Amino acid sequence: MSDTSFDIVVIGGGPGGYVAAIRAAQLGLKVAVVEREHLGGICLNWGCIPTKALLRTAEVFRNMKHADSFGLSAQGIGFDLAKVVARSRGVAGQLKAGVTHLLKKNKVAVFDGQGKLAGKGKVAVSKDGKPVADLAARHIILATGARARTMPGFEPDGKLVWTYKEALVPDVAPKRLLVIGSGAIGIEFASFFNALGSEVTVVEMLDRVLPVEDEEISAFARKSFEKQGMKIFTSAAVKGLTKSASEVKVTIEAFGKSQEITVDRVILAIGIVGNVEGLGLEGTKVVVDRTHVVVNQWLETGEPGVYAIGDLAGPPWLAHKASHEAVICVEKIAGLPHVHPLDVTLIPGCTYCHPQVASVGLSEAKAKEKGHAVKIGRFPFIGNGKAIALGETEGMVKTVFDAKTGELLGAHMIGAEVTELIQGYMVAKTLETTEADLMNAVFPHPTLSEMMHESVLDAFGRAIHF
Amino acid sequence: MAIQILMPALSPTMTEGNLGKWLKKEGDPIKSGDILCEIETDKATMEFEAVDEGTLGKILVAAGTQGVAVNQPIAVLLEEGEDASALAKVAGPAAVAAPVAPATAAAAPVAAAPIAASAPIVASGDRVFATPLARRIAKDGGIDLKTVVGSGPHGRIVKADVEKASAGAPAAAAGRAPAPAAVPSAPPVAALPEVGPAYTEVPLSSMRKVIARRLTEAKQTIPHFYLTMDCVLDKLLALRADLNGRSDAYKLSVNDFVIRATALALRKVPAANASFTETAIRLYTDVDISVAVATPNGLITPIVKHADFKGLAAISNEMKALAVKARDGKLKPEEFQGGGFTISNLGMFGVKEFAAIINPPQGCILAVGAGEQRPIVKDGALAIATVMSCTLSTDHRVVDGAVGAEFLAAFKALIEDPLTMLL
Repeated sequence: MSDTSFDIVVIGGGPGGYVAAIRAAQLGLKVAVVEREHLGGICLNWGCIPTKALLRTAEVFRNMKHADSFGLSAQGIGFDLAKVVARSRGVAGQLKAGVTHLLKKNKVAVFDGQGKLAGKGKVAVSKDGKPVADLAARHIILATGARARTMPGFEPDGKLVWTYKEALVPDVAPKRLLVIGSGAIGIEFASFFNALGSEVTVVEMLDRVLPVEDEEISAFARKSFEKQGMKIFTSAAVKGLTKSASEVKVTIEAFGKSQEITVDRVILAIGIVGNVEGLGLEGTKVVVDRTHVVVNQWLETGEPGVYAIGDLAGPPWLAHKASHEAVICVEKIAGLPHVHPLDVTLIPGCTYCHPQVASVGLSEAKAKEKGHAVKIGRFPFIGNGKAIALGETEGMVKTVFDAKTGELLGAHMIGAEVTELIQGYMVAKTLETTEADLMNAVFPHPTLSEMMHESVLDAFGRAIHF
Repeated sequence: MAIQILMPALSPTMTEGNLGKWLKKEGDPIKSGDILCEIETDKATMEFEAVDEGTLGKILVAAGTQGVAVNQPIAVLLEEGEDASALAKVAGPAAVAAPVAPATAAAAPVAAAPIAASAPIVASGDRVFATPLARRIAKDGGIDLKTVVGSGPHGRIVKADVEKASAGAPAAAAGRAPAPAAVPSAPPVAALPEVGPAYTEVPLSSMRKVIARRLTEAKQTIPHFYLTMDCVLDKLLALRADLNGRSDAYKLSVNDFVIRATALALRKVPAANASFTETAIRLYTDVDISVAVATPNGLITPIVKHADFKGLAAISNEMKALAVKARDGKLKPEEFQGGGFTISNLGMFGVKEFAAIINPPQGCILAVGAGEQRPIVKDGALAIATVMSCTLSTDHRVVDGAVGAEFLAAFKALIEDPLTMLL
């Protein structure tokens, strides 16, 4: 094979694309990645990772402000936004170099440019409109990800109306901030700027914040956010944005009432749309439903030899979902036996606001909707020794079991470090443990994880410490 | 000291069995050789005899209990002079540890948990890998995990496998789904709402499970091919009538001739008396022929051993005895386990010809149809002859086409010139 013909060409070098390439290389396939901007994709450069760096700053800052409660004294506490942002960019940069190295180590060919289907088994790469390379591929994986959804009248301008991208490299910490959308992205920015002292208003179209989470968790989160000073409007819409030189006026409509607010910045976080444009899908059998490529359980599109993974292939929009689909897709192409389709109820979701939110599986309402008789366990952070010692007594762990079979249907957590804890339930659920196995497991003391044990016990009326 | 009576292994491969019924009750005196109970194995019901003498102190596993692991205590025998107090010593820890039988109520854990503990399904010998949830659902649904094919990592049985098994669908993983036209296929959804005709369910007997497992395995894993040959029977029928007229000590059937002819043909073509193993071709030195017998509970294949050394009368009488035992479920394991070649004859039902599924690990099975008058061409003219079609199903890994054909030719020569069978 020449240097332009491959077993697999992956278009897009994000957490879907680069993982697909590495897995393919591991399986002995000749593989190339075409990336138009940054290896590592949005996740690493403009999403998951840099936001975590910012939120870490927020967490440390919050603790500094409460230094007194730990017996510490700290005066003149403040921040330098430029340095905060520089740290975040540094973290992203370090990881981007890491991905570049990993691809090199695995002998993955990387093409800098925009990839486009150019007939059966062909990918044309161009950069700034100029052709770079014509690649031949037996299999083509589309992993071009997604971008922020916009809405008419609220088009991001990069100055007053931001998307996540501008919000990651803010020139100022806005005094007054409006966040439209209360999903993970919106809430994380709301939480970050709130910690820096912004007056944050959150508007959510649905009837609760973090609408994909369990209702009880949403309610808990809302209360906590409001206690921290955020203003939250649910079942609400925004209308009539007018801009002046440095301010934005927006009308919020909720429950038949409207009110106008004035803010310094707006962050638009109302979801994402798949990057389906410019891929050369026209004239192929690839089916696009709204902005996402339609695939089957093996990530195959309607066009033989063309696959789609990650955000491009639809929700849930999570980096780890993209990476997992990448592995499934490549292993299926390589003809490995025992490849299993992805079960969405086993994909955990994490939101790194304060307090953190993490969940896996079905919410209580969804479980009931699916006809399960359920047993519900709850355990509050205030009942846990480690949580009290940490000074993090706000939170709860909720578990949903099938009353008949003891299957762990879902777990929903809010509070300190729950994003690190959820993997325990995820492993348990993936291995199909029942409540009996979780009860029999010995959890270390003193840890936050003990609450996970207690929540299971509580579901069956056996909680010890509450 | 009281003696534990353990679930016997009635064959080398037996790992568990069902306790059919108790023929003795607690308190009965037991002599060596008394029949204690009936044990139902994969294929037969066996009587279990006492070895020691004493009094039947306690029955630990109730009649009708399914899936009792080999070596699990099923009863306690008290020796002379011992009373019930001796039971405690024996039935204590050992019996409590016995995990399977739900009938060991006396040995149930003391503190009943408010929820059921995870069901430990322990099989001595081959361990069944299943997730805790799969075990729980299987237990609740009365599904034997040994009958379920696992689709999880390393063949582990997961919830979906048990649900499929209980829904009666094949447990094998779904094939590659075609790319969708417009709708993405969601991950497989659990049990659909039940639609379809009314039915009653007949629980699977051990025998039915074994038939299902072995034949599914055979048809799915063995590359079968089939060779059919017509044999003219007129001479054989004449000889049979002649021989049967000479004595009342035997009554030869066509099938007895088929067994004899098969045995001699295998002697001539020993390559057809063989099995495939992962490392070698196993050529059998003995000619042991399994003969399929239909019983009320399903198919079983008693063996005519050393059939090449047995005359027609001996084969005939042995076959009759084996068939009766098979129908009564009294075959001993050694009478139906083994064999190098199988004959399945459906001629008596008027079946013209059929292709049988190989009885693993054997390499061949001969499917015998009915002898019927058919027009044949003989010496360029039409004639009428009694013709029997025989189809050999062959495992191509061990027996190639030419070998199979050679065997059939040898078989046909013997059937069509039956006097040579008497040599």
